[in-house]
Amino acid sequence: MKALSSPHDGIESGGGVWRFPADRPLRLDSGATLAPLEVAYRTYGHLNADRSNAVLVMHALTGDQYLASTHPVTGKPGWWTRVVGRGLPLDPDRFFIICANVLGGCMGTTGPGSTDPATGAPWGLAFPVITIADMVRAQAMLVEALGIETLFAVVGASMGGMQALQWAADYPERIFSAVCIAGAARHSAQNIAFHEVGRAAIMADPDWRGGAYEAAGVRPEKGLAVARMAAHITYLSEAALQRKFGRELQRDGLSWGFETDFQVESYLRHQGASFVDRFDANSYLYITRALDYFDLAAAYGGQLASAFVPARDVRFCVLSFSSDWLYATAESRHVVRALNAAGCRASYVEIETDKGHDAIFLEEPALDSALRGFLASAAEKRGLA
Amino acid sequence: MSPALREDFREILRLTPAGARVLDVGCGEGDLLDLLTHERGVDGQGLEISADGVSACLARGLAVVQGDADRDLDSFPTGAFDMAILSKTLQQMRDPRHVVSELLRIADRAVVSFPNFGHWRVRWALLARGRMPETRALPNPWWSTPNIHLCTLHDFLALTDDLGLRIEACAALSGGRPARPIDPRSALENWRAEAAVFVLRRG
Repeated sequence: MKALSSPHDGIESGGGVWRFPADRPLRLDSGATLAPLEVAYRTYGHLNADRSNAVLVMHALTGDQYLASTHPVTGKPGWWTRVVGRGLPLDPDRFFIICANVLGGCMGTTGPGSTDPATGAPWGLAFPVITIADMVRAQAMLVEALGIETLFAVVGASMGGMQALQWAADYPERIFSAVCIAGAARHSAQNIAFHEVGRAAIMADPDWRGGAYEAAGVRPEKGLAVARMAAHITYLSEAALQRKFGRELQRDGLSWGFETDFQVESYLRHQGASFVDRFDANSYLYITRALDYFDLAAAYGGQLASAFVPARDVRFCVLSFSSDWLYATAESRHVVRALNAAGCRASYVEIETDKGHDAIFLEEPALDSALRGFLASAAEKRGLA
Repeated sequence: MSPALREDFREILRLTPAGARVLDVGCGEGDLLDLLTHERGVDGQGLEISADGVSACLARGLAVVQGDADRDLDSFPTGAFDMAILSKTLQQMRDPRHVVSELLRIADRAVVSFPNFGHWRVRWALLARGRMPETRALPNPWWSTPNIHLCTLHDFLALTDDLGLRIEACAALSGGRPARPIDPRSALENWRAEAAVFVLRRG
């Protein structure tokens, strides 16, 4: 499909599933431990001789490790081919780029669909509840296993951006810089509310079976599709939806029934239906729960700045989108004010766009140039050629 | 960039110690911050209200936060910087008194430059034409100028006195000529200086 000169040809340099032995369990915030831990990942480019050029990219809620390689289920290009590739801001000729499937995910990293060693059956709801900090802890184990002491950068958008902030709080000495795009330091009541709609849709599906659907040989596809439809609305701005669909109809005239009359209905149904092919309902429950539990300041007496005080040497870049109402600009500003208060070196810009939260994945030159500028100057400071 | 503005930068460059921690408030596209970074090796941070300005700064590799000096200076901790710069921005602030006072909370020294509304050309324009002055230093008509709090050298002294600040140095900037050290309390300089740059400390 792609021309030979594509910026993504041959950039994938490795990956697979890292299996940590049972005597190296992952300790969770809940108090539980998880073993054996498996982390699925992909890498792009090569680690330099002094191991100083590694970048960890962290995906959003429903993303995965297929950052810039063809997705094995959908056959579609990687989710951030616009940013990762030769000549692009995250250039594998320059950086060793790692992307791992998140803890609780369904693309190879240990999650509720994995086998519970105690029973030999899928974990289902017996899987322990996880947090953003747990996800970061699993990533840190992988990074260490790959022989990297200090990451040049952690880069994440949306949930990935929250992980970038968590990295800065938990492992400031292991990162040189951190990029948080369209993220937040906490989940708002509205964020939690939308997630609850999604979870309620999944749990209302009779095929969910209390989470034990796999043993029953069924999947709660209807519930998961509805969850995705509701969530997808939050990824787009009202202006973008209006521009894309308006009140356009699927056919000439109304059906005077409950067919998909409007193009926006058809679009949402398609989003829901295609999502269930590549995502697991229980993973959706666990990851949304982890997001809802996220409040970085909570462990610091509600003072977000205190979380960043140990990260004074980390260079931060915070980016938000003007029309994003899922993780709105105000949340990023809140993060930036805390970084300032902590005495951290921070850059922040609100990118003017009507594309909403989804701008992360779309053509947005201002995002590219901000990322490129930030990474280039950080690389110079890090002594990377 | 007007010649007067370049003089402003040159004087600030001269006043900046190598390796200082510097906050440039209203840094625009980062020209001054870039100059200070390359010529003085400062550990620089910018604050700029326009997204285009900040994007330009990021593209040049400068650390700049998009924000409003009137509102966001209070997020910086006390004594976070060696020097805070407010270069030809004071007259655009909603609350100049608060901004100057904040600069000297977050930094040991503040460098503030502004166009002098007491300059003879300004006075002449008002006296002779009966119109709001449009000069080299103040090029916009009154209805579109971003300058909402213009002052003369002596007006600024009233503010520094009110805040109990010490003036460490002051130089006049006129028509692209090299900065000229002056006594800002002189009545003559209040006529002569097209713009001025002050170095302030807490009293």
